[in-house]
Amino acid sequence: MSVFRNAGHLFRLAAVFVVGTVAFLVIRAAVVPRSFGEYGHYRGAAISEIASLPLHFAGHQTCETCHTDIAKMKSAGMHAHVNCEACHGPLEKHVKDPSIDPGKPDAAVLCVRCHAASAARPKWFPQVDPAQHSGGIACTTCHNPHNPVIAAGGSK
Amino acid sequence: MPGVEGYMYPNEVSLYWSVLIVLYPYITGLVAGAFILASLERIFHVEAVKPTYRLALLTALAFLLVAPLPLQLHLGHPERSYEMYLTPHRTSAMAMFGFVYLWYLMAVLVVEIWLDFRADIVALSQTTTGWRRLMYRILTLGSTDVSERALHIDERVGWFVTLIGIPSAFLLHGYVGFIFGSIKANPWWSSPLMPVVFIFSAMVSGIAAVMLVYMAMMRLRREPIDMRCVDKIAQYMMYIFVIDFSLEMLDLVHRIYEADESFRSLNFMVHTKLWFSQVILQICIGTIVPISLIALVQIVKFSEKWRKAIYVVSGSLTLIGVLAMRWNVVIGGQLFSKSFLGYTTYKIALVTREGLLVSIGLMILPLVILAVLVKILPPWPEKSAVSLPAPSVGD
Repeated sequence: MSVFRNAGHLFRLAAVFVVGTVAFLVIRAAVVPRSFGEYGHYRGAAISEIASLPLHFAGHQTCETCHTDIAKMKSAGMHAHVNCEACHGPLEKHVKDPSIDPGKPDAAVLCVRCHAASAARPKWFPQVDPAQHSGGIACTTCHNPHNPVIAAGGSK
Repeated sequence: MPGVEGYMYPNEVSLYWSVLIVLYPYITGLVAGAFILASLERIFHVEAVKPTYRLALLTALAFLLVAPLPLQLHLGHPERSYEMYLTPHRTSAMAMFGFVYLWYLMAVLVVEIWLDFRADIVALSQTTTGWRRLMYRILTLGSTDVSERALHIDERVGWFVTLIGIPSAFLLHGYVGFIFGSIKANPWWSSPLMPVVFIFSAMVSGIAAVMLVYMAMMRLRREPIDMRCVDKIAQYMMYIFVIDFSLEMLDLVHRIYEADESFRSLNFMVHTKLWFSQVILQICIGTIVPISLIALVQIVKFSEKWRKAIYVVSGSLTLIGVLAMRWNVVIGGQLFSKSFLGYTTYKIALVTREGLLVSIGLMILPLVILAVLVKILPPWPEKSAVSLPAPSVGD
């Protein structure tokens, strides 16, 4: 056709682009996981993969099925909304096999994580200078961590 | 805490966007500016700037190839960056920019350069030997048709590509301003004027860069500088610079007049931490001085020697000024606290992935690439006039 006379090089250039685009689409089809976009902008299969990972945390409801006394005490105190495993760590192994003793948390380290005085914490939040407050004595000597306010009957 | 004054939120103390994020808009700006200069000749028929047309295209390509490198170096997992092309998120401006970049590189710049240099490539594929011959033969894509009609077609298609290239260049650099301008949580960045200011400053810096590269190359080649050409380039640079400066001042006046809740904090920052980089370097040395110098050339008749000196000085100061502008936007926007009660400090590292040495390397690399490109595709008239074989019909 006369319109396309002497325009062969442009077709060659177009062919390079077409080959490039096709190569991109082929690579994309091969590389992008099949389940991508199944539920959203992520790999759908990732959900079942994550679900099949071993559990570490049991959840406070599981703890409360056996430790009803502690659950009752805790629900009446300031720590009512602190989850068991926030202090005790992951307990799924203990749930599977109750003979496994998860051990008691080290109160000297644990309590000050939240209650050491800091200007960044809200004023209403109970906070102390540990050295001045207890002089190195473990917090649990006086406080029951499951209901820590002494005046509220939470003393040991 | 060292380097911190007043009250900073903990996540504001160290800067997330380093000097590499300063270089990224700077480099893309040079690309856009160089391309706009090239389009002056092609679309707007400014014949005087013709000697720099091809050089401007090659400069744009050299800088465009380096443009993504600062981002790659900044990423925690650069090896994953290609996923942006494979599974792009349509609501992410950054993901969409990947395609703008690719479009600009492949559909605009490479095509335009190929069409413009095709006759030279064909001639070189027939006059060179060895690996150079092979390289040029590959670049011809197997077509040696350099007949008058074929070249006429190239000219027409090239014109069309440049026409598409102008909005593409605006899009390329407007995006960078858009990214900053759309961050509503940051009053230093959040401004709809940001993309416009970025585009105009990009044009200024790109034009200055091509002017300096042209003058340097002519000196290296011991050839006379086409003064009509550089006079015109400097003139255009001044016009665009005046618009750019007016827009920047408009933004400043607007901020001062609006004086929203961030104003006191930002005002204090400009008068302290950014005083040197913004007021002295960007506004005085990098903008007012070069504009005044070029304006002076328009009024007073200087000798060629003086004009050359003035252009070199004003071009260099322009490049420094625009770099300072990028610095003040990127770094300045991270120096103050969202509480408007504190300020942090940015200390540039020397030998780290995002340090000074890498930054210097990234600024030298486009010049090295340009030197290679100029070697492969000589943009000089006498080289392009290599004796062509008799035009063949068809391919």
